[in-house]
Amino acid sequence: MKIGIAGSLESSDCLVRAEESDKLEIQIESSVFEFFGNQIRKVVLDTLEDQGIKTIKIHVNDKGALDYTIRSRLLTAIERMKRS
Amino acid sequence: MRRSLLFIPANRPGMMQNAEVFEADGIIFDLEDSVALNEKDAARTLLKHFLATFKFDFEVVIRINPIDHVNGLLDLETIISPAVDAIMLPKADPAMVRKLGELLEGFERARGIRKTIKIIPLIELAKSVLQMEEIAGLPRVDGMMLGAEDLSSDMEMERTKTGNEIFYPRARLAYIARAFGIDAIDTPFTDVLDEDGLCADARRAKGLGLTGKAAIHPNQIRYINEIFSPSKAQIEWALKVIAAAKEHSGAFSLDGKMIDTPIIARCEKILEKGRKWKLL
Amino acid sequence: MKNALGRYVPEGFKPFVGSKDYLNHSRTTEKVIYSENKGNKLLRSISEAFDALGITDSMTLSFHHHLRNGDLVMNLVCDEIRKRGLKDITIAASSIFPNHRVLIDCIENGNVTNIYTSYFNGGAAKAVSEGKLKGLLYMDTHGGRSRAIESGDIKIDVAFIAVPASDAQGNGNGYSGPSACGSLGYAIPDMLYAKKKVVVTDNLVDEVAKPVIQAPYIDYVVVVDKIGDASGIESGTTRITRDPVGLKIAEKTAALLDELGLLEDGFAMQTGAGGTTLAVTKFIRDIMLKKNIKARFASGGITRYHAEMLAEGLIEKIYDVQCFDLGGVKSIASNPNHIEISAFQYGNPYEDAIVNHLDFVILGATEIDLNFNVNVTTATTGLIMGGSGGHSDTANGAKVTVVVSPLMKSRLPIIRPEITTVTTPGEDVDVFVTERGIAINPRRTDLLEKLQGSRLKIVPIEELYKLSLGYTGVPESKPRNGRIIGVVRYRDQTVIDTLYQM
Repeated sequence: MKIGIAGSLESSDCLVRAEESDKLEIQIESSVFEFFGNQIRKVVLDTLEDQGIKTIKIHVNDKGALDYTIRSRLLTAIERMKRS
Repeated sequence: MRRSLLFIPANRPGMMQNAEVFEADGIIFDLEDSVALNEKDAARTLLKHFLATFKFDFEVVIRINPIDHVNGLLDLETIISPAVDAIMLPKADPAMVRKLGELLEGFERARGIRKTIKIIPLIELAKSVLQMEEIAGLPRVDGMMLGAEDLSSDMEMERTKTGNEIFYPRARLAYIARAFGIDAIDTPFTDVLDEDGLCADARRAKGLGLTGKAAIHPNQIRYINEIFSPSKAQIEWALKVIAAAKEHSGAFSLDGKMIDTPIIARCEKILEKGRKWKLL
Repeated sequence: MKNALGRYVPEGFKPFVGSKDYLNHSRTTEKVIYSENKGNKLLRSISEAFDALGITDSMTLSFHHHLRNGDLVMNLVCDEIRKRGLKDITIAASSIFPNHRVLIDCIENGNVTNIYTSYFNGGAAKAVSEGKLKGLLYMDTHGGRSRAIESGDIKIDVAFIAVPASDAQGNGNGYSGPSACGSLGYAIPDMLYAKKKVVVTDNLVDEVAKPVIQAPYIDYVVVVDKIGDASGIESGTTRITRDPVGLKIAEKTAALLDELGLLEDGFAMQTGAGGTTLAVTKFIRDIMLKKNIKARFASGGITRYHAEMLAEGLIEKIYDVQCFDLGGVKSIASNPNHIEISAFQYGNPYEDAIVNHLDFVILGATEIDLNFNVNVTTATTGLIMGGSGGHSDTANGAKVTVVVSPLMKSRLPIIRPEITTVTTPGEDVDVFVTERGIAINPRRTDLLEKLQGSRLKIVPIEELYKLSLGYTGVPESKPRNGRIIGVVRYRDQTVIDTLYQM
C-alpha cells in the first residue's frame, strides 16, 4: 500500500494522509468543521484537480489550518505517497 | 539596516502566520536547523505557498540548507520568488557565497525577478571568522551574522551568557561590516526566559559596534528593537543639529559642542534610522 | 419580541432597553432577614441541615463561588438533593465550574429544573447547552445578581454559604483555614436576603476577628471535613501569559491607555485575571515605574500580581470582591489597604458602586460584532462556557472599556457580523485591541480625537473584520433554531439575549 503522511496536529496545522486508491475518497475531520468543512473539501478537490489526480484516498485531520497549509500538506503527502 | 531578525521555523504554519505581529525588521524563515531531516520537503512546500499567499511589511529572509548538498539546492529551486528579499547561508565560506550568488542570478533571470536578492552569510566556523573580510566584499552581501552556538562548538569552547568567548569574532564582525558598509548582526541569546540577560547581551553587542541582533523567540524583539534603535535623546539631539546646520555653513557651535561635517553626517544617519523605524 | 439590540426576547420577559435604563426606575428592596435561631446552630452534616430546614421540592437553594473550581459544597448539597429524590429545585449559584459534577446528574434526573448564575462552565454547562435542563437558565451579571436578590426577583429559600473560618454562631470570613479563599463578597446578598442561611465550614474556630459573614443572619452552621480543594480554588488562569501574541496585545493595550491619558497619577483600574489581561497589568506597571505614578485603586478579581503592586506602593488600595489565587488571599488577610467589598458595593447598578469609579477596565471576548456588542457567554458553536461575571457591570461603569482579543482563534474570526450571544451591549464598549490593529467605537469621538497622529494602528472595526477574513476565509454560519433553554439578563434583569440549545 502506497501511503504518504504530512503535517501535524498542532494548532493551525493539519495532518493529511494520502493513500493510493482506485476510487476517489475524501474524509475530513476538523476542529472548525461546521464553519469550514466545505471550504476544506474544496481546497482538497481543487488541489487534486491541479495535480491531475482522479483517484486517491485522502484523510484530513484539521486543527484550524488556513487554505495554503491544507494545500501544502496535501501536496507533500501525495509526494511522499508516490515515493513510498 | 536591520535591528532585529526573528527566526521562525518554516514548518510551523501557526508561527509563520503570526510573524508579522512581532514588529521585527526581518523574519528568517528557517529551512535548516529547526526543521528535521525528514520534514525538509514539507517545510519548503509550506513556505513556498505561504510566501505566495500573503504580502509583508518586513524583510523576508530564508535560511536555506547548505548548497553543497541537495537540500540547499532544492530549497532554492522551490522558494526563490519576488517575495524573497535575502538568503541566509549557513556555515558560509567565500566559495559557497560566490556559488550562491551565481545560482541566485540564474533564478532571477529565469523567473523574471527584477530585484537583487541579497545574501546574509552566517559566520559559524573558525575559518570563516578569518574569511570575514573576503566574504564581506562579495556581491549581494549586505550583512553578516554571527552564529555563536556552532562557532563555539567548532572552537571547542564553552558558550556563556556573558559571552567573553565571542568577544573577538563580535569585534571583528563589527569593524569589517562597518568598513564594507554592511550590517553586523549579533548571534541570538538562547535563554528565552531570561529577559535581563538578553538586554545585557544586546547592549554588549551594541557597545562593540554591532548593528542588530537575531532573536529566536518573538518576546525578545521588543528589547532588541529598543536597544538597537537610536534613543529618544539621540533623536532629539539629531533634530536640533540638523535644524541648526541649515542656518550655518561650515562648522559651528551648539550647546557648547563643536558641530562639523562628520557630526552632521552622523545626525543625518540617526534621523534616517528614526524615519525608517517610525521613531520620529 | 425584539429588544433594543434587535435580539429575540421570549414572551413574558422584559426586553433590554438601554444600558442606563435602570436609572429610570426606582430601587426597591425586600426586607433583610435575620435568623430566629437563638439556640445551638451546630449541625454535623448537610443531611442534618436538610432535615432541620425541611428542604423540599421546588425550593431555591443558593451558593457563592469563592472556592472556584475547588468548591465541594455545591456537590455535597446536590448529592443530598439526588439522594432524597427532590424535584424541581432551583439552583442560584453566583458561578458554576467544571468541578460541579453532581449537578449534571441532578439536571439529567430532573432534581434541578432551573438555574440562576453569572458564569457557567464545564459539564453542567454542556448538559444545559444540550437541552437537558427541564426549566430555564437565567444568566445575570455579578452586580445584577445582587440586584435580583435584593429586589426579590430571585427568592432564595436556603443559602448555603461556604465559609473557610467560622465560629459556632456563624461569624466568619475567608481569610484563614485549609480552604482559605479570601473575599466572600458574592455571598453577602444571600446572607442578607435568603429566608434561611446555612454556613458550611471545615474550620470551626473560637473567634473570628473580622467577620464578614455575621451571626445575626445565620440559622445553622454545618461542620464538614472539607469545603474546598485548595488546588482548585486557585484557578489555572492566574499567570501572566507567555504567548507571544497575547504579550503583543498586552503591550499595545498599555501603550494605548498611556496615549489616551489614562495612566496618570491617581488612576483607578480593573484588569481581571486572564493570562493576557494580567500581562496588560505588567506593562502598565512598567509605565507606572517609568512615570513615577501611583494608582488610586485596583478592583475586581484580585491576584498575587495586584497584591504585589499594593505591597510595592504602586497601588494605594485594592477593592476585592473575589480572590483568584493564594497570593491574593494572603494579602487580603494581612494588608489593611486590601479591602473586601460585597457584590453590592462592587456592581449593584443602584449603588455608588466601585465600577462607577473606574478610569478603565480591560475585558475579554469570545465574539464581538461591528457595533461592538460583545459575547462572553457562549462559544461560536453555541456551547455555554462563560457568562458576564463582572463584564457588563464594569463596561457600564468604567470611563473607558477596553476589550482585548486575538483577531482570530484557530481560523475563527472573533469579529462576526452577528454574534452568537450578546452579553455586553456595544454602547458600553469603547475599544477593541487585537495584535493586528485597534478599533475605537465611533461613539467615542473624544478618544478618536486623542489618538490623532498616533503611531498605533487605529482602524475601523470593519477593516479589522475584512483583515481577518483575508486569512481565514468566510466561515459558514449556522442558523440558531434550537429550542430556547434560557436567557441572558442585563444588570437590571431585562433580557439582552436568549440562549438556545446547541
